[in-house]
Amino acid sequence: MNVSPLESQVLASESEAAPAPRVPRVKISKLTKRYERRGVLRSIDLELYPGERVALLGANGAGKTTLLRILATLSRPTSGTVSIAGHLTHKAAQAVRAQVGVVAHQPYLYEDLTAEENLRFFARMYSVADERSRIDEILFMVGLIARRGDRVGTFSRGMQQRLAIGRAILHKPALLLLDEPDSGLDREGARALERILGYQRTTEGTVLMTTHDLRFGLSAADRVLLLENGKIVLDAPAPTLDEDELDERLSRR
Amino acid sequence: MRDGLGKISIIVWKDLLTEIRTKELLGGMFIFAVLTIITFNFAFDMTGTGKAASGAGAMWVAFNFAGFLGLGRSISLERDKGSFDGLLLCPVDRGTIFLGKFIGNLLFITLVEVISVPIFAALFDLDVFQPLLILALFLGTLGFAAVGTLLAVMAASTRSREVLLPVLMFPILLPVVIASVRATTLILTRQTNDLSAWLNLLGAYDVLFLAISYAVFDRVVEE
Repeated sequence: MNVSPLESQVLASESEAAPAPRVPRVKISKLTKRYERRGVLRSIDLELYPGERVALLGANGAGKTTLLRILATLSRPTSGTVSIAGHLTHKAAQAVRAQVGVVAHQPYLYEDLTAEENLRFFARMYSVADERSRIDEILFMVGLIARRGDRVGTFSRGMQQRLAIGRAILHKPALLLLDEPDSGLDREGARALERILGYQRTTEGTVLMTTHDLRFGLSAADRVLLLENGKIVLDAPAPTLDEDELDERLSRR
Repeated sequence: MRDGLGKISIIVWKDLLTEIRTKELLGGMFIFAVLTIITFNFAFDMTGTGKAASGAGAMWVAFNFAGFLGLGRSISLERDKGSFDGLLLCPVDRGTIFLGKFIGNLLFITLVEVISVPIFAALFDLDVFQPLLILALFLGTLGFAAVGTLLAVMAASTRSREVLLPVLMFPILLPVVIASVRATTLILTRQTNDLSAWLNLLGAYDVLFLAISYAVFDRVVEE
């Protein structure tokens, strides 16, 4: 096909103007998880994009933690596939783990090591470059620089939670999974969490968080998912949702 | 390879540092081992020719039971506090995590043996400072720690783990227990003609179960 210089100029400018296709950071296809005969997650399809902050809501037992554990490669799906940053969890779990940071109900810290020793241990396990300055940066970010030499066992629940958040972002994960990150947080911790959510956005990191605090979920996230009986029944932008309506829907379960 | 060794040493460093600070494992294991040795020393007739055989049995009972105690505690403490999941989240091969935990457990049991053996030697009046005996002790402990680490991880996620761990371990450990006791008896009585067969059995067992434990660890820890 012959293309005139004018046509080729138009085509070139069109191709420049066309937005690049959005590549999902997380792609979940037909994900099912059963414990014995009980279906916890039922054929979930979901895509999460870079820079997105997504709140995953649902009543107790809806399957929120199970979904997060599968994304973290701590649990294996019964069927379906999960891909994170282009790596399939069942084929390249190690590569997936390098891209994921997790804050769970338990802090995943060693109580008999100091805050700094904990971060050093995980920095080495994650092969973090420039370990010393990154540890300083994290301790500063979570407001624990003055307590770096103290054993984690002497920390309050809020301080442990702050350090757990610091541990989760130590290796600059592409996907941050937060399982009720606001529970047990002190005021300083809430500020640290806000800073970290902001930091994830500036670095195009994806955040998926579960919470029981609707107000926190709606204000911190830009997209809300509602999980009911192992299925996603609502997927909407956070600003379009009414807190009272959502609260009523959740308490009906 | 070098990276894997580095990660293993970090896990071992973490376990040693934790134990130095808490003394939760070694103290209990050591007291249990010494108490068993003393009990057997008073229970057996030390004047007869069966001194070496009963001594070998007493030694392995002490080390194996102290090992059960230590293995169960070392994994369940980490499981209960949730830090084991933190370890599983790290981007390293799960076999590497197994080797780190295994070497840590091996070091703890060996340390208990190093302190208890001179006490055993004094009480039983036996010459234990022989290279062959050290080899038999090492091979027996290696097999015990390899199988024990894997099964302790399996048992730690269950409610009745204290009961389950010995029940799971006993049938699998039987060959290594028999071979260790027989080899130790032969060394202590200086009858070395059948010794190589028992040491070969211990060596083969260690290689086989270390390889199996390394290979299946990933499946054992995943839900």
